[in-house]
Amino acid sequence: MAHENHEQVDALTGIATTGHSWDDIQELNNPLPRWWLWSFYATIVWAVVYCVFYPAWPLVSSYTKGMFGWQSREAIVQDLDTLKAQRAGMTAQLAQNSLEHIRQNPDLFAFARAQGKASFGDNCAPCHGAGGGGAKGYPNLNDDDWLWGGSLDEVEQTVRFGARSTSDNGHQGSMPAFGRDGMLHREEISHVADFVRSLSGLPTETSAHLAEGGKVFADNCAGCHGDKGQGNKELGAPNLSDKIWLFGSSKSVIMEGLTNGRGGVMPAWHGRLDDTTIKALTLYVHSLSGNQHP
Amino acid sequence: MTFGELGSTLAFAALAFLSVIIAAKAHTPEYAFHAYLFAAASAAATFTIINRYYDRPAALPPLTINGKPNYNMGPVKIATIASVVWGIAGFTIGLLIALQLAFPALNLDTAWLSFGRMRPLHTSAVIFAFGGNVLIASSFYVVQRTCRARMVGDIAPWFVVLGYNFFIVIAGTGYLLGITQGKEYAEPEWYADLWLTVVWVAYFLVFLGTVIRRKEPHIYVANWFYLAFILTIAVLHLGNNASIPVSIFSPKSYIVWAGVQDAMVQWWYGHNAVGFFLTAGFLAIMYYFIPKRAERPVYSYRLSIIHFWALIFMYIWAGPHHLHYTALPDWAQTLGMVFSVMLWMPSWGGMINGLMTLSGAWDKLRTDPVLRLMVVSVAFYGMATFEGPLMSVKAVNSLSHYTDWTIGHVHSGALGWVGYVSFGAIYCLVPWLWNKKELYSLKAVSWHFWISTLGIVLYITSMWVAGILQGLMWRAYTSLGFLEYSFIETVEAMHPFYIIRALGGALFVAGSLIMAWNVWKTIVSAEAVEEEPSVRLKSVLMAAE
Repeated sequence: MAHENHEQVDALTGIATTGHSWDDIQELNNPLPRWWLWSFYATIVWAVVYCVFYPAWPLVSSYTKGMFGWQSREAIVQDLDTLKAQRAGMTAQLAQNSLEHIRQNPDLFAFARAQGKASFGDNCAPCHGAGGGGAKGYPNLNDDDWLWGGSLDEVEQTVRFGARSTSDNGHQGSMPAFGRDGMLHREEISHVADFVRSLSGLPTETSAHLAEGGKVFADNCAGCHGDKGQGNKELGAPNLSDKIWLFGSSKSVIMEGLTNGRGGVMPAWHGRLDDTTIKALTLYVHSLSGNQHP
Repeated sequence: MTFGELGSTLAFAALAFLSVIIAAKAHTPEYAFHAYLFAAASAAATFTIINRYYDRPAALPPLTINGKPNYNMGPVKIATIASVVWGIAGFTIGLLIALQLAFPALNLDTAWLSFGRMRPLHTSAVIFAFGGNVLIASSFYVVQRTCRARMVGDIAPWFVVLGYNFFIVIAGTGYLLGITQGKEYAEPEWYADLWLTVVWVAYFLVFLGTVIRRKEPHIYVANWFYLAFILTIAVLHLGNNASIPVSIFSPKSYIVWAGVQDAMVQWWYGHNAVGFFLTAGFLAIMYYFIPKRAERPVYSYRLSIIHFWALIFMYIWAGPHHLHYTALPDWAQTLGMVFSVMLWMPSWGGMINGLMTLSGAWDKLRTDPVLRLMVVSVAFYGMATFEGPLMSVKAVNSLSHYTDWTIGHVHSGALGWVGYVSFGAIYCLVPWLWNKKELYSLKAVSWHFWISTLGIVLYITSMWVAGILQGLMWRAYTSLGFLEYSFIETVEAMHPFYIIRALGGALFVAGSLIMAWNVWKTIVSAEAVEEEPSVRLKSVLMAAE
């Protein structure tokens, strides 16, 4: 071991070593690289300057505020104010005018749909899908089939107060659990399921007892869904004679609904979203299905 | 019986007894399971120590044989093998969660495989199980060799290695069973933390004792870094995990810190886990294994001193940059940022010393894939330690925070720097520890290198693109003043990048399997060298005058 021999030079580079050796490892006595040292100093100078201009050091009951007087809390408030100011004119018009009036004004309508789209993405898309395409149990908003009505006022009512929600003003009414609660036997449920499929022209099993099913339907279902299964928007009872199915059209899915009941929840957005946002959402959702209902 | 044998036998017997009582009265079955594990492990330790006492020669192993130090390499071997095994486990779980992000159904609808449990399992397995064992193995090896002294302690080094790995088992099974205190990178509950504290104090004492016992006049730079790592991790661990258990019979505890103070303590811990566990510890590895493998002197002694002290002084302040634009006071955010920027050059000091140590030996990169792994790791270290200060600047952070850019940054450091310098150290250690001339196959190392490098490139580039895209989408406004994209649209946009990332991860796993095979074949190969490996030539020195 050659430690403590301070007069050694590395043959390859001609640079002196420090004379230490650990497990045959030596160290060259190179100086600090200049560029490295000056870059290090530069970052320190930058740090000091930054601390002069921005809040930086804690004091006993406060902190150094910095020459710019910058505060992140004020910065975000300012950002939001700027945004609000940018939207203020249109937002005021949105608040003042009726839904129908907004729909007739192209600029205002475009603004409302833009706001509605942004709000829809953050609040509605988790259930209804990013484009309002829906999912099993969550209505498709692109078709023109509406459980609770498709006029502007009806859509607004649903958005504002929801269905089976916590709001007293929300839509009520749900599909009873005919099987679980003992109102219908399994056989009757099977018959009526076949009958329901026949209402929209879906093929039924050859052995289907449509006559029995029709009788069960008239006694138990027609009260809400109508005698021809045409539905009832007052009660949110779906139209059973069209090709649009909220949960699916297979016999087993229909029997599942008859057995256990159905009652999906749409939350009430009143109080969570402000009035203009609800208006914008209404116009956006309404516009998705092509404005068949004024 | 020595004092150590008697004391540890009694302590383990008492722990076994206590664990059985806790298991019997445990509030939850998961906790009872852990108590039984403690009981079984303590009983096994008691039995093993007594058994060993009857089997061993009367005298303990001598400190020197024929004037040469009688190194204690048994615990080093175990930790080396453990690091390979845990590494493969940790990388594979990482691949699983990468795939889960692209295809969420891969959690198979079980709580056990849910992302929330797998993610801490991945991070802990790669950082603490893989990285920790590499650090323990290499530090025990390096401290003995560079101090020319046998490791201090008879049972203590074994206790450190086995006790640490027992902690890993408790932590990992705890995550799977849903036991967590919910602090990132510090998920294990109070009883696991307590156990780790005991193990860590033993680690510190063994390491420090060996340094004190040294036969060299000076302490080698690698040992400064190891010591800084061990000491600081102890302080961080105690500070961040300060908690009050509900009961000794319950796994649940409450952290004493609250609100934004808790967040600050968490990231003081979290960032310095990066700074001292994943940086200081692995710089120590670099400082021993690169000059050793390249057979060249360290580039600059002065640089090593300055960058060491600058690094450990600066790092401890940088934590608040994880909490930019949060409830943390502005002044603390500023300090976190400016200290992160000042960290740039101290970090690069390590990179310069690592890379420039090759001056005069660059040709070896062509022929030695092990050296290539370590040099590329230092290059990744330089890249990640430039990117880190950049991302800590608030203007940049406002785009990068909470995006996958952070994930990309972490993995260029984790896969590139920590992973590669560890692989390099393992490839060096295995032939040295098992007295073989060389590895079983250098060609396989070369394959490992290229496959993993391709994997890392895919991983970090996909995450850079994904992260910047994500950040830009989040902040995009329409001309009317509304957000352009909903959150779910930004999630959908990530899908292709998540698949590329998973592919990169798969390549990294494949590389590690090649390493495991190579390590295994090296250990079992018959070809042994007679003397201690002296193929590493001294650099040619001559007198100045």
